[in-house]
Amino acid sequence: MDTRVNLSGLWLDNPVIPASGCFGYGEEFARYYDINILGSFSFKGTTKEPRTGNPTPRIAECEAGMINAVGLQNPGIEAVCQQYLPRMKQYFHKPVIANIGGFSVEEFEYCCAMVDQQEQVGLIEVNISCPNLHEGGKNFGSDPHLAAQVTKAVRRVVKNKPLYIKLSPNVTDIAEIALACEAEGADGISLINTLLGMRIDLKTKKPVIANVMGGFSGPAVFPVALRCVWQVAHAVKLPVIGIGGVNSAERVLEMMAAGASAVQVGAANLADPFASKKIIEALPAAMERYGVSSLQDLTAAARGW
Amino acid sequence: MEFTVSKNQKIARHVYKMELFGDTAGIRPGQFVEIALPGRFLRRPISVCDFAPGCLTLIYKVVGVGTEDMSRIQPGQKLDLLTGLGNGYQLDKAGDAPLLAGGGVGVPPLLAAARVLREKGLPVVVLLGFNTADEVFGKEEFERLGCTVYLATADASAGEAGFVTDLVTRHKLAPSRFYACGPLPMLKALLAVLPGAGEVSMEERMGCGFGACMGCTVITREGPRRVCADGPVFDRQEVLF
Repeated sequence: MDTRVNLSGLWLDNPVIPASGCFGYGEEFARYYDINILGSFSFKGTTKEPRTGNPTPRIAECEAGMINAVGLQNPGIEAVCQQYLPRMKQYFHKPVIANIGGFSVEEFEYCCAMVDQQEQVGLIEVNISCPNLHEGGKNFGSDPHLAAQVTKAVRRVVKNKPLYIKLSPNVTDIAEIALACEAEGADGISLINTLLGMRIDLKTKKPVIANVMGGFSGPAVFPVALRCVWQVAHAVKLPVIGIGGVNSAERVLEMMAAGASAVQVGAANLADPFASKKIIEALPAAMERYGVSSLQDLTAAARGW
Repeated sequence: MEFTVSKNQKIARHVYKMELFGDTAGIRPGQFVEIALPGRFLRRPISVCDFAPGCLTLIYKVVGVGTEDMSRIQPGQKLDLLTGLGNGYQLDKAGDAPLLAGGGVGVPPLLAAARVLREKGLPVVVLLGFNTADEVFGKEEFERLGCTVYLATADASAGEAGFVTDLVTRHKLAPSRFYACGPLPMLKALLAVLPGAGEVSMEERMGCGFGACMGCTVITREGPRRVCADGPVFDRQEVLF
């Protein structure tokens, strides 16, 4: 049973990667289990300056998932490179995925250039689902031209690591955005980020989330995520990381059969800190049950490689 | 970690007491547990009321669909819990005259604190505040531990009239250190009448409950802090209200 996968030259023991925002910098999970069993993990979305995030409440539960409006609370890229990564050496010995957020092209450039120099970073994942504060607040990820603009800028400064762009599903044509990123030199595509959603508390008749809207994630979004992965994998030639609603080894296989080269597990980690561990442990048996001897072959068959 | 419910009974208006069997090693007063409920995506954070080896007591108020589910759980049901969450009270700093102040469903976590302080042989004063008589619970439990208990209700239907802050001024209480848990207005008022050292339990809507999601952030004098992992207990000097 071969569970190894390859992301633009970065080999992973298995395709299971906890998703950004659902795994912090790994520390909290390392208390529950040895996180070196993971393929890798994508650390908390990090910006140039420290951010305190949105007002609370930031969380709303849904039938099969949750809405969050954390607002990219993070300690800032310098603290991450100077304090968090050195501390990470004590509990995680594999290359980590650096997830970068930004509110201007310059901010993305600055942060990507910095993590590109970090030896522990195996891959850079640029989260373009943020508003462009310099140009009217339109999300970089919602417009192929803005997505291309960010990709082009970070491509210039990222010289050592594979560069992946993480896409928002809140668009009319996600393949069009992926093609724009590919054209500007991205090495791969991660998708999907959360779906924009909201809840209202009927006792107060007011939104549950202080910020009104937030990102919906969890098992309910899996069919949407799978559809997006399929569309992008059939549009671009780049490797794709499938994200959204993955909570079992079977769903990992489904994602890969749609064309994903690796899979991220998000909200499931928050409901159960052992979720990613359980998925990794269940993977060989699931592969056997469905006659999959190599995960790379599963992706290759889906992609026609 | 697997726990088995042994009892689940209503003890006051909207308030239930659940007893469970399971591994309680490492639990400290002031901490909380996260309970996975069948059919609900997120776990429910519930403060630890008291514990003994192999036995856990929770007192919770029905405030939404999750706690409503909990109120219908029958003895014998198995539940998946994360235990040992949060920092808990610093009881070693109690001094010679500690005070515990609880409002409503903020009362339960003080019971384990009272037990530990009494085991150290300290005199413990407990202030309990509720809105009305049918919400009152816990008085006998604290008295059984040998605490001096003062009870107040906002509508004067049980104990003294008023709030826990009225109890502080009326009985001229000047504790060596206080430990408080209750609604935000109560905590604010309490800090105004108690000048000395103290700790308060904070509450915020949580995602994971173990420090990963940044859902339950509060802004403190030290910057943003996670109620679940850096709290829920904060030094009075840290909180901004």
